[in-house]
Amino acid sequence: MNAAATEAAPDKEVLLNIENISLSFGGVKAIQDVSFDILKGEIRAIIGPNGAGKTSMLNVINGFYHPQEGKITYKGETRRQMKPHDAAKHGISRTFQNVALFRGMSTLDNIMTGRVPRMPDGLLHQVGQLFLQAIYIGPAKTEDMRQRLHVEKIIDFLEIPHIRKTPVGRLPYGLQKRVELGRALAAEPDLLLLDEPMAGMNLEEKEDMSRFILDVNDQFGTTIALIEHDMSVVMDLSDRVVALDYGKRIGDGTPNEIRKNQDVIDAYLGVAHD
Amino acid sequence: MTTGAEAAKAEDTFPKLLLRNAVKFNGKPAMREKYLGIWQTWNWEQVLEEVRAFSVGLSALGIKAGDKVAIVGDNRPRLYWAMCAIQALGGIPIPVYQDSVAEEMTFVLEHAGVTCAVVENQEQVDKVLEIRQSYKALKNIIYDDDRGLAKYAVDGVQSYDSIQDSGREALKSDPATEGKWHEQIAKGGPEDTAIILYTSGTTGTPKGVVLTMGSVIWAAKVANDFDKLDHNESVIAYLPMAWVGDHVFSYAQSYDCGYCVNCPESPETVVDDRREIGTTYAFAPPRIYENVITLTMVQMEDASEIKKRIFHYFLGVARKVGENILNGDPVGVGDRLMYGLGELLVYGPLKNRYGLSNVRIAYTAGEAIGPEIFRFYRSLGINLKQLYGQTEASVYVTNQPDGEIYADTVGRTLGDIEIKVDDKGEVLYRSPGVFKEYYKNPKATKETKTKDGWVHSGDAGFIDERGHLKIIDRAKDVGKLKDDTLFPPKYIENKLKFYPNIREVVCFGQGRDYVTAFINIDLTAVGSWAERNNVSYASYQELAAHPDVYGMIEEHVNEVNQELSREDRVAGAQIKRFMILHKELDADDGEITRTAKVRRSFVADRYSPLVKALYDPKKSSQHIKTEVTFEDGRKGVIEGDVQIRDMTIYAPVAMKEAAE
Repeated sequence: MNAAATEAAPDKEVLLNIENISLSFGGVKAIQDVSFDILKGEIRAIIGPNGAGKTSMLNVINGFYHPQEGKITYKGETRRQMKPHDAAKHGISRTFQNVALFRGMSTLDNIMTGRVPRMPDGLLHQVGQLFLQAIYIGPAKTEDMRQRLHVEKIIDFLEIPHIRKTPVGRLPYGLQKRVELGRALAAEPDLLLLDEPMAGMNLEEKEDMSRFILDVNDQFGTTIALIEHDMSVVMDLSDRVVALDYGKRIGDGTPNEIRKNQDVIDAYLGVAHD
Repeated sequence: MTTGAEAAKAEDTFPKLLLRNAVKFNGKPAMREKYLGIWQTWNWEQVLEEVRAFSVGLSALGIKAGDKVAIVGDNRPRLYWAMCAIQALGGIPIPVYQDSVAEEMTFVLEHAGVTCAVVENQEQVDKVLEIRQSYKALKNIIYDDDRGLAKYAVDGVQSYDSIQDSGREALKSDPATEGKWHEQIAKGGPEDTAIILYTSGTTGTPKGVVLTMGSVIWAAKVANDFDKLDHNESVIAYLPMAWVGDHVFSYAQSYDCGYCVNCPESPETVVDDRREIGTTYAFAPPRIYENVITLTMVQMEDASEIKKRIFHYFLGVARKVGENILNGDPVGVGDRLMYGLGELLVYGPLKNRYGLSNVRIAYTAGEAIGPEIFRFYRSLGINLKQLYGQTEASVYVTNQPDGEIYADTVGRTLGDIEIKVDDKGEVLYRSPGVFKEYYKNPKATKETKTKDGWVHSGDAGFIDERGHLKIIDRAKDVGKLKDDTLFPPKYIENKLKFYPNIREVVCFGQGRDYVTAFINIDLTAVGSWAERNNVSYASYQELAAHPDVYGMIEEHVNEVNQELSREDRVAGAQIKRFMILHKELDADDGEITRTAKVRRSFVADRYSPLVKALYDPKKSSQHIKTEVTFEDGRKGVIEGDVQIRDMTIYAPVAMKEAAE
């Protein structure tokens, strides 16, 4: 589909192609001329030391930041600027480095909010719905049940039925992360962006989360881009890894290639920069 | 005439009972499972259809009479159906504890000669595949939940659905198939092996207890008659399927009288699920009842002052008159009114919270229950009763009949069961429900079962003047101190375990100068205390070693010593020294069994330096390094100093003399 893809396996379709992206905040150059691609169905890791520009990269992908230079091609469509809600509509969902849930709402309701991009829209429709929803009959009820079914499937998938009705503020951190993943999944994303899904977790929680990430990829065929600091997790989970340092791409390849890449080793172990 | 004999003949195996139930209880619910937050129901006819399809599918796989099929997983309807489907072919289901690690499972699978395994999910498939690398006779692995298994292209690994589909296909394409299946069922009889249950093994390697169709069905019938159970009951299946209690409760008794078995959504949701279903008949080991009390007490600590006062006031009322009201004894009008008010304000909501509002009969078994715990439930108006049973007896030996409930006995025999106590004080029993043999272990069979059918229970006890059986302890555990003072470890341990702060206790004293104890604190209860008192801790070990925690536990031990000093038979068995263990006793380390019983001698062995220090008056602490096994089988090490506390021993208060 997109012939410009670098290092793309010939049989896999490119879902997202990033070309020569540069992003700066005033004088700070967060990302400088970075290019890489994400293939359909793969798990792509973005690694790098603190401040390397990983989260900025995710924010660029889902339209929260607008790069000054470069081109992003998503599903074959090139765009310069996109709003986060457009990204959500087009199948990009994400989780955050710091859990960003509605703390007073139950697990079920939190995941339900993730369904919003998949609910029928149109102003007329919405006004009609509002009325029907108020009395909970007819199409509004059917629609609610349809959405609930989907959410219940996610709850079952993530093995969290026991906290279905618990306000998320009361949940331990590891479970909150899982609920956040649930909310991202509720939008039935084509591309799932995970910003440090394992940060602050204990070993058991990390193992659970790894299993869920693999299962999501396996079962729903969702393409996943993840940022993670735990190298063993990155190396085990991902198909390909891109390494950033000071906003520049310093490596791209399979986990094995990255492990041997001298620039990446230097970046992590610390070598004086010019 | 012949009809009676024929009817009896038609009910002597579980598949025959299923065929009967599909007609007799036509349209009545047989099984429910909560799926995607909604209870799904199967009536008896639908269960028959599911079982038939799976059974025919299995026979197409080559499963035939005499084959052993392992069943591994949480309580799922399809796993229960698999049992009956296997039995219909004359095969023998072997349920295995789902949380056992691969090594433990290997022993059972190889010993039983299992050729096929029906498992719940990916976790179990992985485990069984690991076993298959060394145990080649295991051909087929059938999984219920396909999650994460879609890409497994491994020989012999198939989904439950695909087996059922092939069964349904065969039934449709060849009308004779169903007839053949019925013929196969007709061949079965009461002498057939119904199931082999591997005992969790408080001692040594597990033994496979062979139970026949006749014994299990007999036991189910006796128990159903005893408590007048019928198809209107509802139970929740949440205990391990490999435990005889669950097998008889959630399978045998349901097939006999047609009641509905409910499978919870997940092990964590049992309490909520029970509340939704409103079970009428319940069965749980004492630990579960203990946990509920602990949880309640902990949560009440966080309640507002006025709620706390109401709660404790009405618990006092219940303690005073609750049991008498439940037993139908005369109680004054004033007390009745107060109890009624308590029901409205405290007992009712509490019972509802734990899904016990509709319970008609609840049993506790498996281990001695603390009398205080037992009375607590009865005082709230829950008909909690004790029963005494063993795997070797298809559960039932003695039950407490309504109106004859004593906290210190386990009731009288039911049906045709006979019991006697031999001269060494060990309880023996004989009934149509006793096991046939230990599988491939004639030596153990001979040691346990006499030629004329009496079974050694291994428990020490006696029959009291009311004709009730009283169990003291495991026969080999009741001991004596060096100076011949009676030392009943479990009795002391249970007294301590009633304190919400204490989760587990192991007492020592056999042939020693005095009694000592290892204590495990309860992380929920003590953790909540720590939170309220701003005590910070990073691990169980750190919390357990905290001086304030020690102080709290010391108070509990002191109270127990005072109590013991007032009971003349055990006054000499007061705890002289104790320590709080640096790690929780765990089944993964082999310290407790999968049914949560402490393996006393193993613990004594493993922590021998600690035991030695307890009996060395010069030592006030001991350094210890312990290897621990994590849930996934990896090993780690816990290391640290464990403090020892000395206790005051009270002079025995001879009650009789004091009264005179």
